[in-house]
Amino acid sequence: MLRYLLQRFLFAIPTLLGVSVLVFVAIRMVPGNAITAMLGTEAGLLTATQRASLEEYFGLDKSPVEQYFVWLRNVLQGDLGYSVRLGEPVLDLILHRLPVTFELAFLSVVVALLVGIPLGVGSAVRRNSAIDLGGRLFALIGLAAPNFLVATLSIFVLSKYFNFLPNAGNFTRLLDDPILNLKQMLLPALTLGLAFSASVMRTTRSAMLEVLGQDYVRTARAKGLREKVVIVRHTLRNALIPVVTLTGIEISYLLGGAVIIEQIFALPGLGRLTLNAISQRDYALIQGVTLFIAAMVVIINVLVDLGYAAIDPRISYANRS
Amino acid sequence: MQQSIPASPTLTAPEPGQPAETRTRSRSSLLRQIAGTPSGAIGLAIVTAYVLVALAGALGVTPFDPLEQHRPDRLQGPNRTYLMGTDMLGRDVLSRIIKGGTNSMIVVLASVTLATAIGTTIGVLSAWSGGFLDNVAMRVMDVFFAFPAILLALLVVTVLGTGIRNTILAIAIVYTPIFARVARGPVLSLKETDFVEAASAIGSPSWRILLRHVLPNTVAPTIVQISLALSWALLTEAGLSFLGLGTPPPEPSWGQMLSDSTGIAEIAPWLLLFPGLAIMISVLGFNLLGDSLRDALDPRLRR
Repeated sequence: MLRYLLQRFLFAIPTLLGVSVLVFVAIRMVPGNAITAMLGTEAGLLTATQRASLEEYFGLDKSPVEQYFVWLRNVLQGDLGYSVRLGEPVLDLILHRLPVTFELAFLSVVVALLVGIPLGVGSAVRRNSAIDLGGRLFALIGLAAPNFLVATLSIFVLSKYFNFLPNAGNFTRLLDDPILNLKQMLLPALTLGLAFSASVMRTTRSAMLEVLGQDYVRTARAKGLREKVVIVRHTLRNALIPVVTLTGIEISYLLGGAVIIEQIFALPGLGRLTLNAISQRDYALIQGVTLFIAAMVVIINVLVDLGYAAIDPRISYANRS
Repeated sequence: MQQSIPASPTLTAPEPGQPAETRTRSRSSLLRQIAGTPSGAIGLAIVTAYVLVALAGALGVTPFDPLEQHRPDRLQGPNRTYLMGTDMLGRDVLSRIIKGGTNSMIVVLASVTLATAIGTTIGVLSAWSGGFLDNVAMRVMDVFFAFPAILLALLVVTVLGTGIRNTILAIAIVYTPIFARVARGPVLSLKETDFVEAASAIGSPSWRILLRHVLPNTVAPTIVQISLALSWALLTEAGLSFLGLGTPPPEPSWGQMLSDSTGIAEIAPWLLLFPGLAIMISVLGFNLLGDSLRDALDPRLRR
């Protein structure tokens, strides 16, 4: 297991290097000079000498390849750059927002699995019943409704009929006041979670149907096991593998992709940080955040692979050479 | 030997997501099969309506000019003159929905076509040539997969700037690696089959084998992927526009209309309702059509 883990992480290194090259090149493709990009409109106030000394300071007088390696060395030492706009190191900005994004991702996945898996199982076990039809209809609508629509709609309904207002910038962190924090997180987590539960429901249902048709399930039934045991131990466990894959993909989406939801609900997470960086043309921050998120995704993918081993008895990484 | 393709190209179990079977079937019978199921028929009807609305917008068939501001008639609810009401600036919502459909379809069609063309070419060629080149191509694809889709789209828009053309490029860049991977699978397994080897033994040139024997086998999974990409592209265009990074105003787009409605929906709910419905119904249509296409083309999933 340890050996496989090591191997899997080693294989992730070229991808991570590729990610760093892509981000580095992308930001340098932005039209205009890097100093202008870094300082934005304020760059116009610089004199030629100031500009030249800044270029020397940031190593911009060197070749792009040299610049890349300098940047990479800094990144590996934990220096993701400095946001001139916000006056803080990029890594500090990211680490400050990370807990919010993690919490949102965690809560949404919990909501999605709690709703999606039982619905999918019920739907598959009682195929073509009212539960099945209802579940499938729910999934169909859930997949078609973009989360920003659901969010806009729920804010509209709650504010119009229940006099509820989403937090307007006064976000409370989990450790400061857990109850208030959860209240503020509830709606965004439900919005993201319910949308994702539609995919979970569908995947669970089709995987359950496939496994229910297998010989060993018939054997389990034939030897007189109770239906509950057949469903939970023999069927569900095997049907969960695609759900794990899906959840892995969704978590990586949530870590970087909850941009719109964080924006609508004014949650100070990574997505909102990215969006602000984009709208303020804070390239050092964009570069740092995208690199950080992509690296997280690569690592999560490795963890998802390892998750299979925990669920599927047929996959045993220990025996791999 | 050259005119027929074996029903099953491999003896070993096919990889997931890869059809083991390729059947020759006329396009009309596929259409009939899709229209034969209730969900397929609804999907087909919605997508047809979407295309017609988009075409109407392109031809300028709207009740009013979508950009014209009827100042005295601001924020009117749906009525006989303005069937879906008017917005803050007195613009006709129905006309904007229609023109928004046009902008949505331009982005969706162009981006998915681009991604399919480039992605499939990369996937087929890289699998066919194999070895080092294939390895490099796939590692590059892995790099793209490391970015959550919306983040990658945002990165592209940041670098290139906003606008319809760049939205198209952003969505195409996100989807190209996916099409490459989808096309690669069948090619890899076909490369080892007897009939490809036989074709090469009798001296068929490589390009001919590719075109006649290999490419047709990538069609089914690619079509299924296209149907998924269409609905995703539609959602992404709406999402980017919602964030103000897609179709630039005053040109109408559904996502931007939806985001404009926040804060004002309490007094003018129709500004939220109609663009929301437009997005939801269109995505639903593409999803339903996609599902029945998948059922029709991938027999392993039929149940």
